Amino acid sequence: MGKQITVPFGPQHPVLPEPIHLDLVLEDETVVDAIPSIGYVHRGLEKLVEKREYPEYIYVAERICGICSYIHSNTYAECIEQIMHIEVPERAKYLRTIWSEYSRLHSHLLWLGLFADGMGFESVFMNAWRLREHVLDDMEATTGGRVIQGVCKVGGVRKDIAPEKLDEMLKGLKGMEHELRDLTNVFLNDASVIHRLRGAGVLSTEDAYYLGAVGPTARASGVPIDIRETGYNAYGQINFKPVVETSGDSYARCAVRAKELYTSIDIIEQCIKKIPDGPVDIKVTGAPDGEFFARAEQPRGEVVHYIKGNGKRNLVRHRVRTPTFTNIPPLVTLLKGCQLADVPIVVLSIDPCIGCAER
Amino acid sequence: MAAEQTTVPIGVGELVAKTAEMKKNGCRLVQIGCTKVGDDYEINYVFDKDYALTNLRITVKQDTVVPSVSSVYFGAFVYENEIHDLYGITVTGMNIDFGGHFYRTTVKTPFAVTITKEGS
Repeated sequence: MGKQITVPFGPQHPVLPEPIHLDLVLEDETVVDAIPSIGYVHRGLEKLVEKREYPEYIYVAERICGICSYIHSNTYAECIEQIMHIEVPERAKYLRTIWSEYSRLHSHLLWLGLFADGMGFESVFMNAWRLREHVLDDMEATTGGRVIQGVCKVGGVRKDIAPEKLDEMLKGLKGMEHELRDLTNVFLNDASVIHRLRGAGVLSTEDAYYLGAVGPTARASGVPIDIRETGYNAYGQINFKPVVETSGDSYARCAVRAKELYTSIDIIEQCIKKIPDGPVDIKVTGAPDGEFFARAEQPRGEVVHYIKGNGKRNLVRHRVRTPTFTNIPPLVTLLKGCQLADVPIVVLSIDPCIGCAER
Repeated sequence: MAAEQTTVPIGVGELVAKTAEMKKNGCRLVQIGCTKVGDDYEINYVFDKDYALTNLRITVKQDTVVPSVSSVYFGAFVYENEIHDLYGITVTGMNIDFGGHFYRTTVKTPFAVTITKEGS
């Protein structure tokens, strides 16, 4: 065994928009161990259920994250609805599915841009974010918000989308598709990208499963977990297959996200074709008495919202397990054996969202 | 459409063995979370297999010493350190023990305190 030294990585680092710290134990330039440290910006939002009544707390739940914001509000609402046995109107379920997939599109494009930037591809970064603007424009046009939508509520959604607008959205996405092909072609086929990512930060299928990896991090290692398959919102009426890769390296994690862009567009297209007419919300009275674990597939993977209520307007507990939080142990494992120079790109490859983890 | 979920109350003494049994059955650890209910603390160990959830629940007091399950599921350390820092419950045998520094909080064990609407 060579001499070991410990190199601190973060909490401030050029590839990290948010603070996470890793103590990297190195032998020469090879990482032999990584000790993670978070908690720099823990906000304790879950505690606010004791001060905010459950219908208004959805605004807090949505602010857990500035990227998966919509899906947090959707999952929180779903959890309350399951406890209170509320049947959400079908049209609202389809609208929720459409906005969820728009969230995935904008998150994946954001990540592809950041990942390109991390590898030194400035123009690819700008192109990814240019395309993301189109997605955000539709989010803003249909909900009123680019980052925080505020459109989901317990019992349905606050806004409907006119049929003409749905057609326009579909045309826009279809028009964007050929530009996405150009973009994802770089991530999937460019020789220098493949050389940079192949074999970097490998996570085996068994490790991914038992360490709790979720989302693209799990699916890139051959673990086909995708909570959309449980059929929440309108996913039960949509045909899709999770994107799964098997090599478990940074390239596979990148490829899963790149290919999922097309799955999202396909799901949105199916929703727009199938969406029924009807109301988008129902009146909700009373308060939740019971408990439930609601799960959804966020862009980074499975999110869990646990709620316990006692029949009062203030919940007893709201607990959120975010995908990044459960992807930390896999990150520790996949860093082992990496070269120090690869650490930034490998850390980025799990798409860490510290805002979520530090809810 | 809600996937199946079952809660099974267990004793602290059987926690590690039951967790090992879940792993042997091919379950994935989804999360560990704590809820303060009156003077008691419910700790939920949630597992998934084929999208069906099984929740092993122990109910403890704040001074109960809870054994770590990180020897069974390596990734449990993030949840166990979190429970220690937010609720003040001692978890022994964690594979990575942050010694109370997993979260940097201005108030010690903030989630062990219940806030009333009046702010007291």
